[in-house]
Amino acid sequence: MSHKLDIKQGRVDLSHGAGGRAMGRLIGDIFVAAFDNELLRKGNDQAAFDIAASRMAMTTDSYVVSPLFFPGGDIGRLAVNGTINDIAMSGARPLYLTASFIIEEGFALRDLKRIADSMGEASRLAGVPIVCGDTKVVERGKADGVFVTTAGVGLIPPGLDLSCEKARPGDVVVLSGGIGEHGVAVMSKRENLEFETEILSDTAALHGLVVEMVAAAGPHLRAMRDPTRGGLAATLNELAHASRLGFSLDEAAIPVRAEVAAACEFLGLDPLNVANEGKLVAIVAPEGAEALVAAMRAHPLAAEAAVIGRAVEDAQCFVEMRTAFGGGRIVDWLAGEQLPRIC
Amino acid sequence: MCLAIPVRIVEILPDDRAKVSLDGVVKTISTALVEEPAVGDYVVLHVGYALARIDPEEAERTLEMLRQAGAAA
Amino acid sequence: MKYVDEYRDGALARGIADTIAREARPDRAYRLMEFCGGHTHAIARYGLEDLLPENVKLIHGPGCPVCVLPMARVDLGLACARDPRVTICVYGDMMRVPGSHGSSFLKAKAEGADVRMVYSTLDALRIAEQERGREVVFFAIGFETTTPPTALAVRAAARQGLTNFSVLCNHVLTPAAMTAILESGEDVRIEGFIGPAHVSTVIGTEPYEVFAKRYRKPVVIAGFEPLDVAQAILMLVRQINQGRSEVENEYIRAVSRGGNARAQDEVAAVFELRESFEWRGLGFLPNSALKLRSAFAEFDAEARFALTEKPAKDNPACECGAILRGAKKPAQCRLFGTACTPDTPLGSCMVSPEGACSAHWTYGRFRERRRVA
Repeated sequence: MSHKLDIKQGRVDLSHGAGGRAMGRLIGDIFVAAFDNELLRKGNDQAAFDIAASRMAMTTDSYVVSPLFFPGGDIGRLAVNGTINDIAMSGARPLYLTASFIIEEGFALRDLKRIADSMGEASRLAGVPIVCGDTKVVERGKADGVFVTTAGVGLIPPGLDLSCEKARPGDVVVLSGGIGEHGVAVMSKRENLEFETEILSDTAALHGLVVEMVAAAGPHLRAMRDPTRGGLAATLNELAHASRLGFSLDEAAIPVRAEVAAACEFLGLDPLNVANEGKLVAIVAPEGAEALVAAMRAHPLAAEAAVIGRAVEDAQCFVEMRTAFGGGRIVDWLAGEQLPRIC
Repeated sequence: MCLAIPVRIVEILPDDRAKVSLDGVVKTISTALVEEPAVGDYVVLHVGYALARIDPEEAERTLEMLRQAGAAA
Repeated sequence: MKYVDEYRDGALARGIADTIAREARPDRAYRLMEFCGGHTHAIARYGLEDLLPENVKLIHGPGCPVCVLPMARVDLGLACARDPRVTICVYGDMMRVPGSHGSSFLKAKAEGADVRMVYSTLDALRIAEQERGREVVFFAIGFETTTPPTALAVRAAARQGLTNFSVLCNHVLTPAAMTAILESGEDVRIEGFIGPAHVSTVIGTEPYEVFAKRYRKPVVIAGFEPLDVAQAILMLVRQINQGRSEVENEYIRAVSRGGNARAQDEVAAVFELRESFEWRGLGFLPNSALKLRSAFAEFDAEARFALTEKPAKDNPACECGAILRGAKKPAQCRLFGTACTPDTPLGSCMVSPEGACSAHWTYGRFRERRRVA
């Protein structure tokens, strides 16, 4: 019998990744305990389940956020919600998740447990179990604490076929709520950029919201995307290029919390380029827009849902915007890594 | 290289430092370049330093000038 | 945000734009140069040019200290960064500026150099305090707005005995750049200047009086919110119509005639004029830049690391120089949007968010399309 894990003071070492008893202990006491579900308890290398005949959606993601713990969440919660959202953007009902961990030698068990517990909680809240996973340990310095990789599967309701190339000129662009919260929350803890703020990451699982949206306007929905890294600007540009059209936006209609706007002023950033983890953009045919917005506003995760623009003919696929000031500008992808402006 | 923002001093700290706030976002900065900073003052912040105090009366006068400039001839 | 939102009001903007349209005489052009990277950025980001009549033109001048930094100085910084003893601290804007052979601080970091992005000299000092075994070099750039913080950092290092701290100084002076523009003999007719916002909080409005008197060009110091710029444009239009050439101050809420005496004193104590300094696009200008006084020689990175500048050539097709002088627009550079984009910048005007090329690419390049028949 190997020793019990010393969660309070212990650290991950190379034996925890070696496939022997130590690893079994780690997985059992930390991961299985936190994620606990029938499939996982079987202890197989895979999860086997029946599935209704249906189109499926599948996704994979990696999470390398720094710092690991930030206002409003942590890498674990981010991983669960983010993967669920990727599935949900197709309109699919998320069924199962996987979670793999690459852990740096020396990582505190206390922190690993905190992350695992957070994932378990997010998974239970969302009703999407984590049914298999993997654990590796690498030498000190080879992984920034812990990296998390996930996969997810879901079932797409019959008749629904959302895709980013399906937008058409005249379609309406709907945003589910205020932008920039996640990016600002994470940046507030970055070394050399520290500022005090009460902004929390908006990390949230959106699949419940999506169910309401599909019910209200399913036949009229063209595409949905969650604007994560690169922000709303990146997402709209991706959609524009995929559908070979442009967008015309109204800056005054885009919700941004005052604190987020202020933090972006401090850092010289544009909220349009800042990551979100609990928001989505939906492209909907004009006939379905009103019903869609109403259904979204009735849901707690989209109380500030707003129409922010529409799709237009544009061979160059520009995302144009009328500024609140009255002039025009484009909303472009950000070049390279987001660096705070000082100037 | 001019990015500077107007922020409100919310706390004076030792060694020529202060906490400033912009709509609830708070940062610690240097006030070594302004005379007698006080809580409630608005200053122009650039690369971590307050460069000048914002004069509230002049600010109001500027707004008035802007309003008049926009009014019908 | 107080003192911010009010100066971005769209309704007021429309009013001022209407007034400008009414007062700008249709029989003449008004070519106004703005001289402040913050203005270049604000004009582009808010689409201010859309609100102006056709005959009021804004020309972007050399107001971006990142853009005017010649490649040879970037190379100097990179040479320093590659020294294994050195931890070099740079402002965010500098990370992607191209040096010779396509290098940059960001690339040097990827190759293993200890490059740290900082928001303030205070961060660089803190690194020097916490990492006494490292040679911490602060790569200082900026016009007069940014120079006082560097001066204070040097003083603080002297006081605290931070013998591992030094500054690689590239600070430059605004009036020198204005003079160079006016003396350039280039066929760039400029009828008036929109004076920089925050440089002026430090130097005051007095240094611009010589331009009004000697060169008979009106100067209006403008705050850098879009309404400030719009108002300054109106004030310039009025001066030009009335044949006046005075220095007016729109940014009265933060700028005085004398400026910030304390900041000026700190700078004078630590720095002195360089005889000559190279500016991208403007060549070598006399008395246009600063270096550390001999009293602070131990904090001068150029001396400490025996750094020597080597001449560096820009890409021959790069038009940053002409663009910085206001002689060409970004779209007139052959490389714009083809070889030179924010992802693959060849010139500094494309890297810095205040650069004319970057601003045009990021916010304004859709306008070209409309002029095509």
